[in-house]
Formats: sequence, C-alpha cells, structure tokens
Amino acid sequence: MAEVTKGVEREPILQVRNLVKHFPLTQGVLFKKQVGAVKAVDGISFDLYRGETLGIVGESGCGKSTVAKLLMNLERATAGEVFYKGEDITKLTGRALKAVRRNIQMVFQDPYTSLNPRMTVGDIIGEPFDIHPEVAPKGDRRRKVQELLDVVGLNPEYLNRYPHQFSGGQRQRIGIARGLALNPEIIICDEPVSALDVSVQAQVVNLMERLQNEFELSYLFIAHDLSVVRHISDRVGVMYLGKMAEIGTDEEIYEHPTHPYTQALLSAVPVPDPEARGGRERIILSGDVPSPANPPSGCRFRTRCWKAQDKCAEEIPLLAVPEALKDTDSLAAHASACHFAEEKDVVGAA
Amino acid sequence: MTTTEKTAAVPGPRTPEAAGSPLLQVRDLHVEFHTRDGVVKAVNGVNYSVSAGETLAVLGESGSGKSVTAQAIMGILDMPPAKIPQGEILFRGQDMLTMSGEQRRKIRGAKIAMIFQDALSSLNPVLSVGYQLGEMFRVHQGLSKKAAKAKAIELMDKVKIPAAANRVGDYPHQFSGGMRQRIMIAMALALEPDLIIADEPTTALDVTVQAQVMDLLAELQREYNMGLILITHDLGVVADVADKIAVMYAGRIVEHAPVGELYKNPAHPYTRGLLDSIPRLDQKGQELYAIKGLPPNLLNIPGGCAFHPRCPKAQDVCRADVPALATVADGRGSACHFWKETIDG
Amino acid sequence: MPEMTKTAADEAVAAAEAVPEQAEKARSLWGDAWRDLRRNPIFYISAVLILFLVVISIWPSIMTSTSPYACDVAKSAQGAAPGHPFGFDKQGCDVYARTVHGARASVTVGICTTLLAAVIGCLMGGLAGFFGGWWDSLLSRIGDIFFGIPILLGGIVFLSVVKGGSIFTVVLLMAVLGWPQIARIARGAVITAKQQDYVQAARALGASTPRMLLRHIAPNALAPVIVVATIALGTYISLEATLSFLGVGLKPPTVSWGIDISQAATQIRNAPHTLLYPAGALSLTVLAFIMLGDAVRDALDPKLR
Repeated sequence: MAEVTKGVEREPILQVRNLVKHFPLTQGVLFKKQVGAVKAVDGISFDLYRGETLGIVGESGCGKSTVAKLLMNLERATAGEVFYKGEDITKLTGRALKAVRRNIQMVFQDPYTSLNPRMTVGDIIGEPFDIHPEVAPKGDRRRKVQELLDVVGLNPEYLNRYPHQFSGGQRQRIGIARGLALNPEIIICDEPVSALDVSVQAQVVNLMERLQNEFELSYLFIAHDLSVVRHISDRVGVMYLGKMAEIGTDEEIYEHPTHPYTQALLSAVPVPDPEARGGRERIILSGDVPSPANPPSGCRFRTRCWKAQDKCAEEIPLLAVPEALKDTDSLAAHASACHFAEEKDVVGAA
Repeated sequence: MTTTEKTAAVPGPRTPEAAGSPLLQVRDLHVEFHTRDGVVKAVNGVNYSVSAGETLAVLGESGSGKSVTAQAIMGILDMPPAKIPQGEILFRGQDMLTMSGEQRRKIRGAKIAMIFQDALSSLNPVLSVGYQLGEMFRVHQGLSKKAAKAKAIELMDKVKIPAAANRVGDYPHQFSGGMRQRIMIAMALALEPDLIIADEPTTALDVTVQAQVMDLLAELQREYNMGLILITHDLGVVADVADKIAVMYAGRIVEHAPVGELYKNPAHPYTRGLLDSIPRLDQKGQELYAIKGLPPNLLNIPGGCAFHPRCPKAQDVCRADVPALATVADGRGSACHFWKETIDG
Repeated sequence: MPEMTKTAADEAVAAAEAVPEQAEKARSLWGDAWRDLRRNPIFYISAVLILFLVVISIWPSIMTSTSPYACDVAKSAQGAAPGHPFGFDKQGCDVYARTVHGARASVTVGICTTLLAAVIGCLMGGLAGFFGGWWDSLLSRIGDIFFGIPILLGGIVFLSVVKGGSIFTVVLLMAVLGWPQIARIARGAVITAKQQDYVQAARALGASTPRMLLRHIAPNALAPVIVVATIALGTYISLEATLSFLGVGLKPPTVSWGIDISQAATQIRNAPHTLLYPAGALSLTVLAFIMLGDAVRDALDPKLR
C-alpha cells in the first residue's frame, strides 16, 4: 500500500550531488603540515524521496557513517552539495542551519553513548524544545515529552529517570523520541539497531516502520546488516571505500546485483539455515579493504575483484546503468559502478 | 538438574574416533557475581560437552551467561566478585575446579586455548606480533629466540597471513581487523591445544572478512581434530559451522540440538522467537515478529521458567515450575513445559 | 498495531518493576545531586568540618582568648598545662592559640589558590579541549611553559624578588604556577566528553556552543577536575608551609600552620607536640576537602544512585 503512494509521488526531498569528505592527515605539533587525506567519502550522489526508506550498506570504513554526519552537517563537506527542498545545506550556518536541522534529525548507533548520562529522560527528549522554543510553548513541553514517550512505547511517567536505568532497546526508543520531537521530515538512522540484542532489534525495527507511516518520515537507513536493510528499505545503495558501488530498489540489489562487490557481500552473509549451505555459491573475497588514505586507482574494488582487468586500474567506473542492459526491462538494469557489470546468480541474504 | 542432560551430550554428526569420552564436560555449573546491588546469577546449572573434532555453538544474547561459562572453563573469572558455588568442569575426566592452580595453568593455553572478540585489546600493542607468538614457545617449550621466531612465521603462514616472514616484526596496530583475528587464532593454535573456545570471534569483523575467518577456523579445527566451542549471538554464523547448538537464556541452556534440526524445527519458544525475528523475504512490508518484553534482570530472574514473561505459550505451570531439560529426541533437549506443542507449531 | 502497543506496555511494566516509582516533579542533575548529598554522611562530616574551619578562620576568638603572640620564652617547648591544652612551642607561644589562629592563613591560601587555579585551568583546558586545533596548540604550550616551572622553585625565585610574603602574593603565585595541572585534566575530560555521541546529538539538534559546553560537556567533565582540585588544595596548603619554612612564603607576624610546622620541624625529637597539632590540623583540613570532593563527584554521577 505504502509502495503505491511512493511510486506516485517520487518527489526528491534530499538530493546529494558529488559529496566529498577528505579528512586531512597532518604532521607536526605547532605548525601542522598536511601530508595526505583520508578519502572517507569521495564523490557520492543519490536522491532520497519523500516517504521512502533508502538503505545504505557497506563495511566499516566505506564512509557510510561519514555520509550521515555530512547530511547532518556535523562534518563540513570538502566538496559537493546536499539539496534539501532545492537549497544547498552544506554551506549553511547559524540561523539558517538551525532551521534546517528542525527538519532533518538523526538516530545514533550506540544507545549507551548517545544519551547524556547526567540528564533525565525528560530533559533529553525536551532539549529539542529548549533549542527550538517556537515548536512548543513552555507550559506545553512536559505534556509533549510525555506524548513522545508514549509514541515510542515507553511509560510517560519515566520523565525523571536517567538513561542508565533503561535497557539498550529502551534507550534506543528514547533516542528515537528525541529525533521525533521537532517533527522532522527526514531521519538519518546510523546503524540504529546494530548495538541491540537480536530479540530487541525486531521491536525497534517495527517501531521505526510504524513511525514512518504515522509521521510520513523519510529514512536514510545506514546499516551493515543486510537482512534488516532489506526488510525496511525501498531502495538500497551499496558503498565501498567512499564510493557508491551500486544503487537500486531492494529487489534489484538483492535479487539482481550486477556489481561484483554487492555479489560478494550478499553471498558472504551467513544465513541462519544450514540447508542453504549446500545450494548457494559463496564468493569469499581475498584480502582486506584497502586504506581510504591510499585507495587503489581506477575502480576501488579491483584489488579484491575476481573480474579485474587492466581497464579497472586505469578508468574509474561511473555509477550508471550498464550499456548492455540499458534497453532491457530486466531488473538488472540499474545503476552499477562496474566496467563489467553483469548479473550473477547468488543466493542472497535473507 | 536432571540426569537426562548429562547423558544427552551425544556427539554431533561428524563424530570423531574418541566418541565414548568427551573432551570437555560441563556439569551443573553455577556462577554468581557478588555485587553491591546483590547477587547476579549469571550461570544457573549449565551442562554441555564437546568431543574432539566437534563444534559446539553456544548461542545467546547479552546476559545469557554464554561468555561467563567460557570464562569459568578457562579459569579466567575474577574471583571475587565471581563465585562458583556448584558444578564440575571435566577436562578429559578430571575436574578442573578442584585442581591445583599449577595443574590448571598447565592446561590453560596448552590444552585449552581461547580466542576473544576484540583482537586489538587482546594483543600487547608494544610488542611485535612475532615476539608475542614466539613467547608461547619460549615459555612453554623453552625454544631459543631464533627457533621461536621460525615457529611464529610458520604459524602465521598456517593462518594465511600473506608475506608472513616480512610481517613477523610488525606491531598489532599495523594489521587490519581480520588479520589481527588471524593472529589471535595463530596464538591459540600455537601449542596445538585439544580444545579452542572462541568467544564471538567474528562479531567485530566485516561480513566479507567474517566469512574468511570462520572458514579458516573450521579448516584448522578439522586439520588438528580439535574440539571447538563457538560462542555467538549470531544465528547465521553458527548455521554454517556448528555440529550442535546449545541455546542459553538467563544462565540456563533452554535448548540443545544438532544444528540442522534446531533451525528446521525449534523445540523451545525462545529459539523459535529468535529465528522468527530475523527479517525474511516474504515479510517485506509487514511487521517483524518480535519477542515481547526485555531480557531478564539477572539480579532478579523471574520465577519458574525464566522466559515466561516473554513467552507466547506461558501458562500457570511456567510461572510456578522451572522446566527440566526434557529429551526431545536422541541428542536433543528442550527446557520447556510445552516443547511438544512448540515443536509442532 | 495492537501487538505493538502490547509490546510497549509490557516493556513499560518490566522497567517499572526494576525501578521503584519516583516522585512526579521534574528533576535536574543539580537538584538530584543536592538531594543525594543530603543523604550522604560523608558529606555531612566534611561539610561540618569545613564550616568549622571557615568559622574559626573568620573569628578565631570564638575558640580561644589567648593571643598567639603572647609568648613566654621561659615556657619554651613545654607540654600541656592548665589553660594551654596543646602546650607551648619553641618561643613559648601557646600552640593551641597558634593552631586556631593559623587556620585563617592556611584555609585562605588553600581555598583561594584552588579556586583561582581551577577557574584559570578549566577555562584554558576547556577552551583548548573544546575548540582543539590551533587553540589547543597555543593554550597547551602556554600551559606547558608554566607546568615546566616547579611551583617550589618558581616560588622561591619570585617571592625572594618581590620580598612580599603576603597571603595575596602567595595565592597569586601558586595559582599562576598551579593552573596547568588542572588545565591538563580539564582538557582531557572535555575531549573525552566532546567525542561522545550525545554531544553530536545536541549539535544535530542545533544546540549553541555555550549550551553544549554547559549542559553536556561541563557536567560530564567535572568529576575528574573536582578530584584533582581537592587533592591540589591539600598540596597548596602544604606548599605554603614549605615556602614559609624556606623563609620566602608567609612571614611572621602572620600566623600559619606552615610557619609553625616549619619551626617545629627542627625540634621534632624533644617537642613532638609542637609539630603534631599544626600538622594534624593541616591533615584534617585536607581530608575534609578531599571527602567533600568525593561526595560531590559521586552525587553528580546518576549511575551511583
């Protein structure tokens, strides 16, 4: 049902264009000299549509968390633009930035460090109203905070408790309540369930889906757990070493991946079914992810890719629908940054 | 608790020659922590056994007691605050809890080795990897520095670290996460132990690296015919490598079974809940199945079956009586009053 | 949806069981800390001691009518006598009266130096830690310069030049040389707190810099500073004593424990009581402040409630 409305609207609410973040590597104590840069995010573009969930997957060091920080303006982009309703928000400061922040909020990964241990739950969830007093008049705040607690499934009487009195799942609900307080349009979720126990993960995923429907939220859902991402996402982007390797609908990515990295990633996911063991082809990649301070030339995946040829070292593959598939209506015809993109049958995750 | 479970320790499908007598048997183990807030009952009567060449996966969430049990086996619990009021840990038939400290030290490292989740903090950052690997041989076998280094290189080759001879002098921080975990495996292997306990060995690693490390571990286990206890919270990791699984909840084993049967047809509502809460393709757009409620507070474990406040099948009897580990089939047990209904539904 | 609500309600119930129900009024960290302090016996013991010290510093005549200057060399180093419970020192002055009157100098030096050093230290360390980069390099290097000068050596050089020896100069000197110690701790604590996700979360909400510093960083960075400051307070009182002993600190006619300890030290064998009482008073004072610091630190940590 939700899919139908999404299909009709297709209105991008956030447009990311060639986003780059390089962290300078410096030497020297007083007079710092730049000796290089960690290319955490190196030219990423995508759209986030209203009401949809875009999942971003990738391994540690691929830059997915940096993307979240850039979108939140917690880090300044080195280059590139992020358009929110047509306005580039990467260069905003002061009042204009504060206004945008009302509409783009974040849920953090670690529910143990993302809540100030010395503030009560009431103060934590009420803080957005202190910062943006226009959202809730002073006398109304307590009631608002209690409403929010109720919305995320916590007892509204818990106002005066401290975070350490809650379990991980409950704390993540508090973090979600804080993110919802300003009634944002977009919520950036950076690994929101990966720190939680398996039995609690499902509760939080369900909560997030319910809130999305209730408040018409758009999610950017960053995670490394492929099955959770598939469950919650309408579209999925796969990142590798600061670049987008492949992006498409969940079905396109999971059922018809064309980038070798996506294929390897999907096949490496352990499946909780011993009988699937025999039937699936597992691609076990050799080696480790190279350092983002010194990424390989050309295609960044080429050092671990079984298809790599000379061309891959020379030319950076663009993120585009592969030539060969362009005119087909196959689900494999989606953007993939590989010179030799083609479908390969892997038994995907979940 | 009951005698059934002691005998229920039937070897898995890849039964090795040493069947009859298991390598390690844990019997009715209890571990408590005496804290300022009261007694935390972390392990409440655990029984399991591993034979040579066999992989036992111990599955559980945080606070289930899976890691504490392993630490008790290794004898690396801080006592106090920990206390083992009851239980036996038999290694080749000898109870390690009643041994002298000296005897125990001889077993630890040489006969039973452990691999931890966080390889970076388990390695000494100021000593080279080669030195740390070689130390095992110098201390335990009295090898010379040169011979120990040669052994270290050999081990690094064994765990497939590329260009081992060149990297033997490198420090832990110069290796990637996956490589560090390989070094930890090499260290565990150094003295060719009979049993390896791996506590979440791949949790901190990326998926593509996880697969490499698990494969390596399984391969080496076969080669050396070791027993392997694999402690994890990840249902997926276990499925590929384990022979049998023990599921823990609130310090007890609630279900144990050969790996295939457990996934196909769980006999405990908790196991069923865990399996059901993994997102599946056909559930897209639907609400995920979620086990309701919160994991138990170990200071105050619910009476009767510890899982009853979260269990969809709970009845009065569950609130009153602790279910014994009933034999479901040969080599299979479930600690649920209603395991028959669970296995059918 | 009904399933969801049920789940939530169950969770609520579970948590309610874990923690006893609390009062309805909205709470704050400081309010809770104060409530917590009032239940802590250590706080009462230390507070009463400190209050007592402050009172006798202001009105020493409450405790004794004997003048600390009324000395009779004939009674030099004699033991306790009626009306003179602590006996007499080398010059034949009443030790009890000198101990009571000495509180003013020692307590003033201790408290003022600590406060001044803490203010400068927190400011410099906090700015260096929070803004990092260029600020950090500059402020940390300035701190290192002062840190490199031992307070004792700096004190001897400076005080022998200005020939001052008033409480004001001693306080100023020790604070100027002592702040880098607190600044280092404050800087580290601020850097740790700054990296926490909750500070990022506040930024993401659009919080201003003062808000992040005061609401999020300061309360979490305060604990180590309090501990170091209370220990430093004892050190400052002892340092004042050492400077006086070396003849460059406070000078008679000012009465201070430091002066008395330094004078008594030469005759520790034949008249130990002349050392015992001022030294005991000094230890008790230091202990009182350390206990207070501990109590405050614990009260500010909700996890210990």
